[in-house]
Amino acid sequence: MNSKAHVKTTINGEEMEFLCEPRQSLLEVLRDDLGLTGTKEGCNDGNCGACSVIIDNVLVNACLVFAVEIQGCRVFTIEGLASPEGLHPLQQKFLENASLQCGICTPGFLVAAKALLDHNPDPTEHEVRHWLAGNLCRCTGYDKIVRAVLKAAEVGRETTAPAGSSN
Amino acid sequence: MSNASKNGNGNGKYKVIGTRPIRHDGVDKVTGRAAYGIDTHLGGMLYGQILRSPHPYARIRGIDTSKAKALKGVRAVITAADLPPSEADEVLNLVEGSFRLKDLRSNILADEKVFYQGHSVAAVAATNLHIAEEALQLIEVDYEILPHVDDVVAAMRDDAPLLHEDLTTKEFGEDTGKNSNIASHIQFKLGDLEKGFAESDIIVEEEFETASVHQGYIESHNATAEWKTDGQLTVWTSTQGAFGVQKQTAAILGLPVSKVRVVPMEIGGGFGGKIPVYLAPQAAILSKKCGHPVKIVMTRADVFRSTGPTPSSYVKVKLGADNSGKLLAAQATIAFAAGAFPGSPVGAGAVCVLSCYAIPNGLVDGYDVVLNRPRSAAYRAPGSTQVNLAVETLMDEIAVKLGMDPIELRLLNAAEEGTRRVDGAVYPVVGCRETLEQTKVHEHYLAPLSGPHQGRGVATGFWMNAGLKSTVTANVNEDGTVNLMEGSTDIGGSRASIAMQFAEVLGLPAEAVNPMVGDTASVGYTELTGGSRVTFATGWAAYEAAQEVKKILIGKAALYWETTEDEVRFEEGDFVHSTDPEKRLTFKELAGHLVDLGGPVVGTGAVDPNSGVGGSFTTCIADVEVDPETGKIKILRFTMIQDAGTAIHPSYVEGQMQGGSVQGIGWALNEEYFYNEGRMQNASFLDYRIPTCLDVPMIETVIVEVPHPDHPFGVRGVGEASIAPPPAAIANAIYDAVGIRLHELPMRPDRVLAACLAKEEAEAATANG
Ligand code: FES
Ligand code: FES
Repeated sequence: MNSKAHVKTTINGEEMEFLCEPRQSLLEVLRDDLGLTGTKEGCNDGNCGACSVIIDNVLVNACLVFAVEIQGCRVFTIEGLASPEGLHPLQQKFLENASLQCGICTPGFLVAAKALLDHNPDPTEHEVRHWLAGNLCRCTGYDKIVRAVLKAAEVGRETTAPAGSSN
Repeated sequence: MSNASKNGNGNGKYKVIGTRPIRHDGVDKVTGRAAYGIDTHLGGMLYGQILRSPHPYARIRGIDTSKAKALKGVRAVITAADLPPSEADEVLNLVEGSFRLKDLRSNILADEKVFYQGHSVAAVAATNLHIAEEALQLIEVDYEILPHVDDVVAAMRDDAPLLHEDLTTKEFGEDTGKNSNIASHIQFKLGDLEKGFAESDIIVEEEFETASVHQGYIESHNATAEWKTDGQLTVWTSTQGAFGVQKQTAAILGLPVSKVRVVPMEIGGGFGGKIPVYLAPQAAILSKKCGHPVKIVMTRADVFRSTGPTPSSYVKVKLGADNSGKLLAAQATIAFAAGAFPGSPVGAGAVCVLSCYAIPNGLVDGYDVVLNRPRSAAYRAPGSTQVNLAVETLMDEIAVKLGMDPIELRLLNAAEEGTRRVDGAVYPVVGCRETLEQTKVHEHYLAPLSGPHQGRGVATGFWMNAGLKSTVTANVNEDGTVNLMEGSTDIGGSRASIAMQFAEVLGLPAEAVNPMVGDTASVGYTELTGGSRVTFATGWAAYEAAQEVKKILIGKAALYWETTEDEVRFEEGDFVHSTDPEKRLTFKELAGHLVDLGGPVVGTGAVDPNSGVGGSFTTCIADVEVDPETGKIKILRFTMIQDAGTAIHPSYVEGQMQGGSVQGIGWALNEEYFYNEGRMQNASFLDYRIPTCLDVPMIETVIVEVPHPDHPFGVRGVGEASIAPPPAAIANAIYDAVGIRLHELPMRPDRVLAACLAKEEAEAATANG
């Protein structure tokens, strides 16, 4: 149980290596060992979405993935959403629409919403609600989150520039 | 589609107030950089875990920690023996009430008995979380299982198992000497009840029950403690009140408050549930024992089993009215399940139950009852939602019986300035009537329903709002910006609303003020973030701090112009020479000269507004559709109308209203602590289901602004009242849709279906008979 595994992976475009115990979740390694605490823990049992990350273009809960499983994968976390040029339209719209109160759910919602817009750049309100139903927010009542995602989708469709260039 | 906010301060009275700037802490929170309690990481840090009772009620005969201590990687194991001994009658007075220190300590580490499943029994610190978890399994506790009671009505019976041998009932504040699970019985009386009912043409009376629900914040409880060899303890935690954590932790550990510094980290939701301490004392003792910082994060199952919840309740209400609908008499009996230790918000429930109406004759009895469930905690307008269901359902019955519009009935009886509440308080200017007027003309209220099994309901709710102590310190920077240190932890954007009030006074843009939340060693005493008080009271402190800064800067300008202070005016954000109007300095220009004008400019506001806060009223409209096959309720449309007083940042005011609405919807339809044999059966977010975004529609809001007459900007406080009326509005909408009355929360599909079938059977029996 104590011997550590060596994992080679790519996180937010950067190649990385780390040692971990086989029983450690990806969430635990991201937060406690790699210092990437932007991915939040809300339940550690797959029911809140606060730990949403994207692995090889698939939206997953990092608490349900063992860290050893990401060997050779490309992992995307909230820390990868903004670019040096500025915020991603989703981040900008969340701020403009006051879509966060306490903000603990926000990274998870942003990553999940990015995964949605990557798949479906023109979602309906129902599609947004359906996709984000795996992410819990106890503060906002979801209204302003859903609006922000719809508005960010509009921005995304209007600009041909890559994500993160403007709002 | 957009929120139908009536606000906007279109009267041009304010420059900053009423606008919607981006919150100051926003970028950190959308990039994942903001550091929450769960993100705390210190060098050499160990991980703690708590062993909790599997039994609802048991005597602890002994605890053997030797095997756990022997496990490699374990650094310390503690039990109640590591806490200071308690005197029987030592009491700790906190903002939220007075508590026996003995009970607070027992809730941290149980000594003789465990009182609920999830009660903390021992704690471990180890080099990693997994070792700490393994160590818990090696602790042997010898329990003598006792018969338990976990239903509020059963716990009040004379033959119920008693929880505390030394707990005697307080009747109207007097100790009766009678040993019972009823910790206290309170009573409010107004007028002549019998006469009121005798004069009534119509009397309605029903009993109601509500299940225990959890606050459901997404961030678990956490605490990281470092007890240094100089005896100084520092705690990093997510809390609604750093000074409250300081006070509780110091008392539980038997330390003076000056030995405990509490650093409030960003907090991932609270809603009242992050006022008590659950982990800081254990982390502190573990740290002291092993000489390292120790971090404890609760598992989600433990959050459910051991923290929160709001009390389950039994409420009986009787209302009497004349034929015109005028209320003449009201009686309420309220019993709240406090959980393992006394201290439910039954007092607040007793104030709120009749609070929306002018009723000349009233009697309210409230009972605080202990039983084998976790110690209950405040939850958004604590006590108000439980009692609201009863009164607002009965108001609907009266409206139906009299054939009156439900809003007209409420308008006829609405509380207003001068109305005496049953607890004796007399309302200052309040906005109950205004929310009803806005509801009556709202497009939602007037729109037709569009299909079968659909119905519309309304309900009105109240929360009293708090004032309490707050401190703000402002430091003027030479570039014309201001650092604002405030003591209120920011759960939902309050940094912005406080900074905006400061900015308004000095004519600065909101962005020129940089608000920060201080720890207990760096900011003046500030009470908890709760009671809808932060924008009101801490905002008031910011106003005072700004006034002081203004005064000092007038002195500085006088110095600059080598004149006297009475020659300097503050005008539209500029400092102006009265007799030589050519001389004019902007705030920024003057700030730039400060180095040559005698140094730092610091303004402080320290306030304790405690009189006539006035409270906030809400009215909501719910449209539902009932699925007659399954009993499932769908919310089709929902509008919340609330008197916020002046709305400082309307987006966050709407946010509070929307968040409270959806919590109320969850409470109404599916949230509940499901117990079997004293053990919670649904301690996860999968089984304790809070609403997801697929369960609710957009939440429309109308901000009504009846300014608070005493507050410098008319702020009233907006955080809580919105949770109270949704269950009753939904219950009334269900009646409107299918003609059934439910008297129990949650209104689960099985209950709705059973009531629908019972109604069908009764109708068939009548038809056949
Ligand atoms: S922490 Fe992973 S889903 Fe909640
Ligand atoms: S903003 Fe607090 S949980 Fe979503």
